[in-house]
Amino acid sequence: MADALQIALVFPSLLGTYGDGGNASVLAQRLRWRDIDAEVIDIAVDEPLPEQADIYVLGGGEDTAQTLAVSRLSGLASVVQRGAPVFAVCAGFQILGETFLDARGATHPGLGLIDCHTNRLAGSRAVGELLGLPVVDGLDAPLTGYENHGGHTVLGPDAAPLAKVEAGVGNGEGVDGAVQGSVVATYLHGPALARNPALADWILAKVAGPLAPLDDTEEEELRRERFAALRRGRFRKQWRPPARDS
Amino acid sequence: MSLRNSVARATGSAAAGLSRLTGRGSGTTVGGRVTLMLDPLALRRAAAGRDIALVSGTNGKTTTRTLLVAALETRGRVASNGGGANLPTGLTAALTGDRTSPRAVLEVDEPYLPQIIDTTRPRAVVLLNLSRDQLDRYAEVSRIATIWRKALADVPVAVGNADDPLVVWAASGAHETVWVAAGQRWTDDSTACPSCGSVLVRTTSSKDVHWHCPSCGLSRPTPQWMVEGRTVTAPDGTSYDVQLSLPGEVNIGNAALAAAAAMTWGVTPAAAFEAMAAIPSVEGRYLETTIGGRPVRLLLAKNPAGWVEALEMTRPGLPVVVAVNARAQDGRDPSWLWDVPFEVLQGREAVATGERSRDVAVRLRYAGVEHVRIDDLSDAVRAASPGPVEVLANYTAFQGYRRVVRDG
Ligand SMILES: [Zn+2]
Repeated sequence: MADALQIALVFPSLLGTYGDGGNASVLAQRLRWRDIDAEVIDIAVDEPLPEQADIYVLGGGEDTAQTLAVSRLSGLASVVQRGAPVFAVCAGFQILGETFLDARGATHPGLGLIDCHTNRLAGSRAVGELLGLPVVDGLDAPLTGYENHGGHTVLGPDAAPLAKVEAGVGNGEGVDGAVQGSVVATYLHGPALARNPALADWILAKVAGPLAPLDDTEEEELRRERFAALRRGRFRKQWRPPARDS
Repeated sequence: MSLRNSVARATGSAAAGLSRLTGRGSGTTVGGRVTLMLDPLALRRAAAGRDIALVSGTNGKTTTRTLLVAALETRGRVASNGGGANLPTGLTAALTGDRTSPRAVLEVDEPYLPQIIDTTRPRAVVLLNLSRDQLDRYAEVSRIATIWRKALADVPVAVGNADDPLVVWAASGAHETVWVAAGQRWTDDSTACPSCGSVLVRTTSSKDVHWHCPSCGLSRPTPQWMVEGRTVTAPDGTSYDVQLSLPGEVNIGNAALAAAAAMTWGVTPAAAFEAMAAIPSVEGRYLETTIGGRPVRLLLAKNPAGWVEALEMTRPGLPVVVAVNARAQDGRDPSWLWDVPFEVLQGREAVATGERSRDVAVRLRYAGVEHVRIDDLSDAVRAASPGPVEVLANYTAFQGYRRVVRDG
């Protein structure tokens, strides 16, 4: 297994509040099902970040966990510099930005790997189904997931959104997530890659090249069910962007 | 008793009766809600003058409350709240429905513990564990530990699980603490020190889980009660072979916590464990019954820590039905499925069911577990190969199975 693709699951005990560790399992399984060796490496908080993994996965976490994670993730900068994909969800997304809010509500410097700033969403937390239409090249299937966060993330010019929000809140600006260089981030969990196999393959293709299709019947059934649930409006009113000009 | 209070109780009983008639639950919570609305002091009055123990924590509340009630009933009648009615309204209904029992054991939903401590002035509070549970509804785990810690400073005796750092930090302010080595299989919610935020150091041996914070010195207290397999050792050094009808090592830990609490009322461990041994199931949990002519055992699991324990309880080789809903009481977001190590079911037969069976199916697919997906709860049991079946369900799916059992 020396040449197995390595998927580093970064600090799962700190960043993995919403089953986000599943994203690493999904990436590894989708490689194995194509007869490509893959292994998930759980990185404990007291371990150094491995320098040479192929993909890095970060999940969501509580406020206190975020600041602790930032203090131990300076090594991620060289990972991004060499172009290895980093996939980050929710709090993992926020700490990759320029600033985020810590447990006391104070502005805390992030890792500066995404040109974005995260403040508090006005009003209540964003909790519920999130549906987005991708706005990046090579990804077409709608993105579905669940969001649960209080962050309002404003992207700067160097970061592009991952998707336009159709239902839910996302960044709080009518879009969800960010793409900047090899970094892909989103507020979707569920986990995101289990509910969006196309997004998983889009990330995998960056390290494994063109990929053979898989039988995703069960994922498709789940996606159809979630889309139908949104159409029934069972979860909440759809989000509308605030009127800016008036 | 004031006129207002007695009117409030009478109206509450009427509402409970109506709720039972219309088939909307067991009636306890609606009755309590009306009583509380008419008289916010009803719970305080109903609790006054009684000797009260509260039980709280993410997992094991109902079982530990039941075990403690059994132990205390060796000394006379005990009021208690069943049916999962562990919010202020349910507690009010339980205490106004039984005015005469001198003692009460109440399970309390975690966020409400401070309020209930203030209202009922308990003699003892039993603290089981804290882990992630329905995070789309409740505050984060560490926030609950923080509000507990403040409230527990007013409590005469805290009986706490020494293996859970969040419990230890929250409980150490109580006037007197009794520590029980009740075990902690799920450590992912206590990676960081609850006191200072540094990374906790855990050293696990076959006998013990030790943990400490290298920065602020918070550490596992020396337990007065030890648990090793089925053997519970009391503070005086006497060991008891605890024979419960309930399955699972986790319930030996719960029994030890209950015995420790019962001892503060003067019940001997021997008498306590004997009373606990007779309990076959707890409100349907661990119930052995039949569904569609198939022998099944019902296991309830509401969050990742509970699922880890339930999976451990399943008898090797038997088919497993995994039933999951995502209603308000379950939490709307079933992404916790990915925190549960379903990989342990590899090589076994599995059936995904419940309202979120498609999420379960995808989870089992990536866990490498062969499975089928069946919408109907009864059909899911019948879909398994002949012989006994283990049914693991989350909260409302579990209630669904209890209805199936009741209605045949
Ligand atoms: Zn500390």
